[in-house]
Amino acid sequence: MKILVCIKQILDPDMPARDFKVNAETKEAERGGANLVTNIFCENALETALQIKEKTSGKVTALSYGTDDTEDSLRKALAMTVDEAALILREGDSNPDAEAVAKVLAAAITKLGEFDLILMGRESGDWGVGQTGGLLAEELGLPSLAFVDSIEANDGTLTMRRQTDSGTETATVTGPALALITNNEFNVPRIPKTRDVMMSYRKPLEKFSLADIGLSAEDVSGSSFYEVTDLSIPTKDVQCEFVEGDSIDEKIGVLASKIQPVVAANS
Amino acid sequence: MSNVIVVLFGNNGWDRSAEGAAGTGQRLAQSTGGNLNVVFLGDASKEARDGAAACAASVVVVNQPELAEYQPEAALEAAQKACAEISDTSVVLFGNDTYSQELVPRLAHRLGGCSLADVQGVTADGGQVLATRSAYGGKAMSTYSMKKTPVVLWVRARAMDPATPGAGGSLEEKAYELATPRLTITSRDVLESEGPSLEDASIIVSGGRGLGGPEAFENELKGLATAMHAVQGASRAACDAGWVPPNWQVGQTGKKVAPELYLAIAISGASQHLLGMGDSKMIAAINTDPDAPIFKHCSFGIVEDYKNVVAPLTEKLNSMG
Repeated sequence: MKILVCIKQILDPDMPARDFKVNAETKEAERGGANLVTNIFCENALETALQIKEKTSGKVTALSYGTDDTEDSLRKALAMTVDEAALILREGDSNPDAEAVAKVLAAAITKLGEFDLILMGRESGDWGVGQTGGLLAEELGLPSLAFVDSIEANDGTLTMRRQTDSGTETATVTGPALALITNNEFNVPRIPKTRDVMMSYRKPLEKFSLADIGLSAEDVSGSSFYEVTDLSIPTKDVQCEFVEGDSIDEKIGVLASKIQPVVAANS
Repeated sequence: MSNVIVVLFGNNGWDRSAEGAAGTGQRLAQSTGGNLNVVFLGDASKEARDGAAACAASVVVVNQPELAEYQPEAALEAAQKACAEISDTSVVLFGNDTYSQELVPRLAHRLGGCSLADVQGVTADGGQVLATRSAYGGKAMSTYSMKKTPVVLWVRARAMDPATPGAGGSLEEKAYELATPRLTITSRDVLESEGPSLEDASIIVSGGRGLGGPEAFENELKGLATAMHAVQGASRAACDAGWVPPNWQVGQTGKKVAPELYLAIAISGASQHLLGMGDSKMIAAINTDPDAPIFKHCSFGIVEDYKNVVAPLTEKLNSMG
């Protein structure tokens, strides 16, 4: 089975809030000293793909639209034992809109060949717009399912389990199909083994320009779907009242007296 | 003049999400000088039909067997056809349930429009649709200028004001020719939960990584939640560890909640968690670390190990009745 996983490299979402700054002019976050990391749901998607490959054989390809920096994320995917990687080098807007990204990914996928299954993360930890997957499914004319947390492949039939507001659902589809992956306890991304990290440098990582995949910068200008017109850090003026007391019993008494009225009013 | 469409799932009835979406749709329609139209995918109860008809100029119930239970492709195609029959549409609104989130980008693409997720505020002054939402896991707020028509959005409907009753509009049932779906949902497992859902809870008791395992959720926190008439929630760390089911997760990628009281126990308060519960009326925390970010968002808190607090607090609250 041939599986393609689209991944995105983002500013480390775990950077402390106190270090987080925005550039009011470019309307983007300042990188500062923060790392660039692979978006967590994309890593969940890689893990999901690798588990399918290990059960059924086949090949996993990682694809990203980014800059030369993005090579690190793809190299890490290869170290997780992805077979090959492709990087489409970004041109134009540094924060392209979801439609532009979907168009680039669709053109790249068409160039790379045919796939039985395409996986993406459900949303990214930076802008978190979560539109690219659905748009890509439309660009490629594929059925899709969101919030998928596990997939089994059996004789060309894919069985997907997904999380809903109230529980889970199981869906079947005869490929090709697209799934947007969310996290569960079974798709926690593996830590690459040292040997696989070494091997990752011998695996193919091909770079393409937009022209290579049949697009021009004008085709995917990056602000014809939406445009960010403001980005700011909200100010919080909440003052936490720490419960004081000479003993823990006294503190708990104070805590209870603050909570009880709310409980009484809502029961 | 430009019209607004609110797309709802008949099975959800006239819930708080439907009310909030309709309210936002009504206010948008007033500012664009257009009409509010409500489309139900699947049969809708009398209460839902009446609720919609009270505030919308037109209500369409797409009532056919393929939509009796949600199937992604049938719902998408039915939404596309129903929306296409309403002219001059500037905005199409959905609530924030699983299915809405899944449909929004695909529907936008099919209607030739643009889309955005998890919108907290939307305006349409002078024909320009602006949407505000959190970004960077709640560290920032962003405003988007939407560039194509129609603008298809899913909004945090439960936090939005309901509609005011209007003149009352037309209601008609429709059914469309739908393509044979390639993907089929074959089974649905509803996780048993007692009492209201997290989204509808007035009080939430949430636990995090600092609890160290599933036992505290099952024992101490469950007891406290019962005493507080609260629904239990969790941070992403606790869900990822498999301590509690994924649908307990509160945060950017979990449930977005806004209860009267949110009690965070052994939760440090990563911004992605804060994004899911920051709208709570009152936030309190129990944490050993006085510098934990959660305390920057609390009305009150206690710097203690939960093990020393939860059981005596439960007892105290029970004794207070």
